[in-house]
Amino acid sequence: MKISIERGALLKAVAQAQSVVERRNTIPILANVLIEAEGNSVSFRATDLDIEVVDKADAVVERAGATTVSAVTLHEIVRKLPDGALVQLTDDGATGRITVEAGRSNFSLATLPKEDFPVMASSEYSANFSAPAPVLRRLFDKSKFAISTEETRYYLNGVYLHVSDADGGKVLRCVATDGHRLARIDADLPSGAEDMPGVIVPRKTVGEMRKLLDDDDAIIAVSVSETKIRFATPAITLTSKVIDGTFPDYTRVIPTGNTRKLEVDATAFAQAVDRVATVSSERSRAVKLQLDEDRLILSVNAPDAGAAEEELAVAYSDERLEIGFNAKYLLEIASQVDRENAVFMFNSSGDPTLMREGNDTSAVYVVMPMRV
Amino acid sequence: MPALCRECLTQFDDGRRCPSCRSPRVTSHPELFDLTIAHMDCDAFYASVEKRDNPELADKPVIIGGGKRGVVSTACYVARIRGVRSAMPMFQALKLCPDAVVIPPRGSHYAAVSKQIRAMMDDLSPSIEPLSLDEAFLDMTGTQKLHGAPPAVMLAGLVKRMQDELGLSGSIGLSHNKFLAKVASDLDKPRGFSVIGKAETATFLHDKPVGLIWGVGGVSQAALEKAGIRTFADLLRWEQTDLVARFGGMGERLWHLARGEDKRRVSAHTPVKSISNETTFFEDTSDVALLDGHLWRLSEKVSDRAKARDIAGRVVTLKLKRADFRALSRQTNLGDMTQSADRIYHTVRSLFDTVADKGPFRLIGVGLSHLGSADGADLSDDLLDPQAAQRRAAERATDKIRARFGDNIIVKGRAIR
Repeated sequence: MKISIERGALLKAVAQAQSVVERRNTIPILANVLIEAEGNSVSFRATDLDIEVVDKADAVVERAGATTVSAVTLHEIVRKLPDGALVQLTDDGATGRITVEAGRSNFSLATLPKEDFPVMASSEYSANFSAPAPVLRRLFDKSKFAISTEETRYYLNGVYLHVSDADGGKVLRCVATDGHRLARIDADLPSGAEDMPGVIVPRKTVGEMRKLLDDDDAIIAVSVSETKIRFATPAITLTSKVIDGTFPDYTRVIPTGNTRKLEVDATAFAQAVDRVATVSSERSRAVKLQLDEDRLILSVNAPDAGAAEEELAVAYSDERLEIGFNAKYLLEIASQVDRENAVFMFNSSGDPTLMREGNDTSAVYVVMPMRV
Repeated sequence: MPALCRECLTQFDDGRRCPSCRSPRVTSHPELFDLTIAHMDCDAFYASVEKRDNPELADKPVIIGGGKRGVVSTACYVARIRGVRSAMPMFQALKLCPDAVVIPPRGSHYAAVSKQIRAMMDDLSPSIEPLSLDEAFLDMTGTQKLHGAPPAVMLAGLVKRMQDELGLSGSIGLSHNKFLAKVASDLDKPRGFSVIGKAETATFLHDKPVGLIWGVGGVSQAALEKAGIRTFADLLRWEQTDLVARFGGMGERLWHLARGEDKRRVSAHTPVKSISNETTFFEDTSDVALLDGHLWRLSEKVSDRAKARDIAGRVVTLKLKRADFRALSRQTNLGDMTQSADRIYHTVRSLFDTVADKGPFRLIGVGLSHLGSADGADLSDDLLDPQAAQRRAAERATDKIRARFGDNIIVKGRAIR
């Protein structure tokens, strides 16, 4: 194999590969990226056995071929090369070494045979659809903060992507929860997605896939089966296993009978929560909300450290209410609001509270209160 | 020889009975009024609380634990005479003692009682180190002037006060360091008051088995026995370097303890990094019901110790040791703090379910780490388990009612069955 490729294109492709590769690896080949050169392009393939990413880039292929080399080392080298450099990768297939040349820099890296590289078994996808990058970005960005890290509840360690019924008909929906808060985000159902099986997309996949979605004009091809999900742009294909488990029935968690309504400027609210929470060093600090006619008092009382209080003008016309929340959770849901006011719907101080943006029910958050 | 009447707290010089109240409950020892490090251990704490709350149980054998968990948490002294021991499978306990009254544990209630005892200890010394809900070290050094009485008198007063005001008995061990104080409190249970003085330390330890040392359980004993060490006398024959070479950190500790030396301070504020409890089985087991029972009992112990120190943790660990000594551990970060036995148990049980190895195991353990203040722990319910929220709300409500109207005003149906 002998190829020449522009440093910028190489860096982008290798960066994606090395982030999929697990840092602590017991199987040496999994630390490597599989480089395959043919025609006038080269592809970089990396896997952690759960996720596989293939990144194609244009290159001048003098001699076709394939080999594998440490993804992290190659990435580090390319990263340190000067911008605009032309990089030459040469592997003679016999010495077990690949040479990386750019200007006066010359590296020789150990390779492992391409035959040893595990390629993810292809599968039959039962649904194929395409969606604009911003739509998918919104679905996953607004839900991923609620993904659970608790490994014993592995079925919560991802975002539940499925088709559901909403007021205006069927929607494509993402739900994530960790038992403390829940996010439910809807988007118009793309054609071809109607029969999509519901799948739990693992946390790591959500993070890796996010890098495909930065381009506002990109159209992403999505393929889903019971066991796998694939996201593809013309350059990058990311295939991932989905979590083998049953996502709990989240519908009974979302309160429908909450009547006490608070409307507040989300930014002002988040800033105030952040300020009062400063006095407590506890990670699970409780912020108390005292609601009265058009008035909200936020307070934190940390017996050892101090106390803080802040008043906000809000729209509230129901009876008085005192309710406590974990400051971090409040901040997280408040920061999801970007266009309109945040609307909180309360029931009692012990019941789950619902939050949405204005009257938009396509993004709904539920948060469990804390006793204060 | 200095002597003390534990009934009326009179100090006198020698004699089998108290000169003022004629009580035979007398403790005498040459160093009685000079020693300052104490260990207080409640007698069959859970069972005693249950007996106190329900006088009908007074003469009956009472076992705390059971239900489907199937392991004894605590047995009262009546049941102990029949051979029932902590950590024994329930079916075995009931074979030994078929007429036993089995009561499911009421964790939060015991924690409340423990707080009352703690308040009494706080009157004695600022240096109190609780080990769990029912035992603590007290460093009484320098308190004689303050109280106008030597530590021994104040400690005898403490157990008397516990008996008079709370209806609960405890045993005191008094010595010159923590190791010996803990050993002493166990010598004369229940309602004991034992003293190990400096002068007698060496002769006292000489023939004692090394199992006396806190933390040297069945497995360590077996390892020591392989090296020919059964008693403290055997330990004394070893050079410090040889003990360390063979047993590592434990070796160094053993060398000092063999000489009755223990430099650890009684500290109310030792920053604990983790709390864990474990059990080594006499017979390796793969019986899931039995292991589950131990998981519950150990979760409860860990929870009790966290509650006693007013701390909570966010990482729960399951530890298993296979029959071939290979250790295995699983842990999970809860994301928030807990000290609840129920939550620790449910977490550790799901960790257990993820272990592909089905045993047999020789050891099982439960741990809680990433500790911090209990403020803010267990204040939030689980969205996905509304029943858990209801259970906890019901428990909090009954706790409040009990605090106001007395313990027997409301009990769980299963407690009176």
